Amino acid sequence: MAEALVKAVQSQFGAAVLETHNQHGDETIVVDAGSWKDIAAFLRDDRRTQMNMLTDLTAVDYPDREPRFEVVAHFCSLTRGHRLRVKARVGFEDGEGAEIDSLADLYGSANWMERECWDMFGVKFKGHPDLRRILMYPEFEGHPLRRDYPAQKIQPLVPYRDVDNIEKLPPFGDDMGMSFGRQTHAFGSHEE
Amino acid sequence: MEPLDLDLEEAELELPTDPTTMLNVGPAHPAMHGTVRCVMELSGENIEQVDVQVGYLHRGFEKMCERGTWSQVFPYVDRCNYVSPMLNNVGFALACEKMLGIEVPERCQYYRVILGELARMSDHLTCVGAMAMELGAFTPFLWFVRAREMIWDLMEEETGARLTHSFGRVGGMAHPPTKAFKELARATSDHVVKVVKEGEQLLLGNRIFLDRLDKVGIISAEDAISLGWTGPCLRASGVPYDVRKAHPYMVYDRFDFDVPVGATGDCYDRFIVRVEELKQSARIIEQALEQMPDDGPINADDPRVVLPPKEEVYNSIEGTIQHFKIVMEGLKIPAGEVYSYTEGGNGELGFYLVSDGSGTPYRVRIRPPCFLVTSGLERVITGEMIADVVPCFGSLNMIGGECDR
Repeated sequence: MAEALVKAVQSQFGAAVLETHNQHGDETIVVDAGSWKDIAAFLRDDRRTQMNMLTDLTAVDYPDREPRFEVVAHFCSLTRGHRLRVKARVGFEDGEGAEIDSLADLYGSANWMERECWDMFGVKFKGHPDLRRILMYPEFEGHPLRRDYPAQKIQPLVPYRDVDNIEKLPPFGDDMGMSFGRQTHAFGSHEE
Repeated sequence: MEPLDLDLEEAELELPTDPTTMLNVGPAHPAMHGTVRCVMELSGENIEQVDVQVGYLHRGFEKMCERGTWSQVFPYVDRCNYVSPMLNNVGFALACEKMLGIEVPERCQYYRVILGELARMSDHLTCVGAMAMELGAFTPFLWFVRAREMIWDLMEEETGARLTHSFGRVGGMAHPPTKAFKELARATSDHVVKVVKEGEQLLLGNRIFLDRLDKVGIISAEDAISLGWTGPCLRASGVPYDVRKAHPYMVYDRFDFDVPVGATGDCYDRFIVRVEELKQSARIIEQALEQMPDDGPINADDPRVVLPPKEEVYNSIEGTIQHFKIVMEGLKIPAGEVYSYTEGGNGELGFYLVSDGSGTPYRVRIRPPCFLVTSGLERVITGEMIADVVPCFGSLNMIGGECDR
């Protein structure tokens, strides 16, 4: 059944389907990043596929490859009970230029998962309504799930945010209140 | 004290020029159990707009998983959904086993099913109890938590830990069942059902409780599917999708159980679906206890992944080497990728694993059901009253650890 699914996509998009495999029984197609959204729309609307749920969307970083990132989406059809993994490769080796179309207007679940993917990998989703960081804070530098992001990296301290309409200051000055552990850690090359 | 009889006609009443108010709830608000922040724009008591912000409990598990061996992932998945860690353990073990192409012995499968269903019970008990407590009904919460305590006592008896067991292993479990396991599991499950029935009587006859849930936070089946909802929340919207039925894994196809579905997709349905699932879990446990063999191996017979028995480790050189290699280098999973999914406490718990053939995972992606359910909170509470945020949020059962990882 799932093979018919791959065939249906192949017959519709032809050259845009770059590779197919079904390792461990998971049908997978690797597609051209340019037709990412068209393929998702086809999977959702076509009578043969009816993939009404975008179960998962994430990325995998391969720093030695070009294109560097693999954006991986898992589609699922609750009505027909089949699943398909769709992958697209984007981004240059230095991590720049990772851009792909957003699926947020096709699937509601894409909204947060794409935000997470941007937050963690720095893959930009074109046309996303609200591409903010989601798990990290806005001042975070870098994208933590990239392979070249060191796990012990220390982030700079965040200054107090200027928020409109809020005049209340924290109850302590610079030398009062809780000391921040990160400041006093003698961690590798980090020095005051 | 002077009476407060102000003459309102003479007092100058100024209506605000901007009719909306901003209200911030959380991240450390008692009703926002877990850590989540809602910034709401209110017009009177109605919620016009809302921004749900998560991530306050982000601990970087997926990054940490890339630094150890495959077995060292178990403690991390434990701490994802910390109310039902056994389900996460088993889910991850199944994903690894799918990649390795091994299947655990039947006795272990039953053992996993029973422990998993007990964990699901503790998950649902927590959600249902906390939901009632947030609406002012404290007694059912205490009853449910006492029942949950019985489950955790059983878990402690079996695994040695109440909450974060790290009991799953690739190719089996850390320990075979104890002698009293079946007896204890039966007693616990029966007790939980009894408590649930009592709690139900307290809650479902209560007008205040019902009024606060009924027709509140409605979400349609199409919206729920589009938002990627799974588990009790999706079933409450009327979609009978349960991974245990739709894609049976382990021995779930041998049990006779029902998938409860709701009709309208409101908070009441989400509540009652969980209550019904508690009873269905008890049914599964009963059948599994009957079918589970009393003897037999618990671990797969595969020296590549399963640690040898201690006698061999201490008394033979082969055993020592095998033990050393599995512990120090990690078990080797063939290069490739897999997506394996099980029914967690809150829905489809998926693991997308990428292996490069070494002893360390290349990428462990945990597909958290909570994350997607919480992403729908915005749609659920927009247009509702501010007081409805509490039952809506409670009925979604957001578990911070799983949502933020």
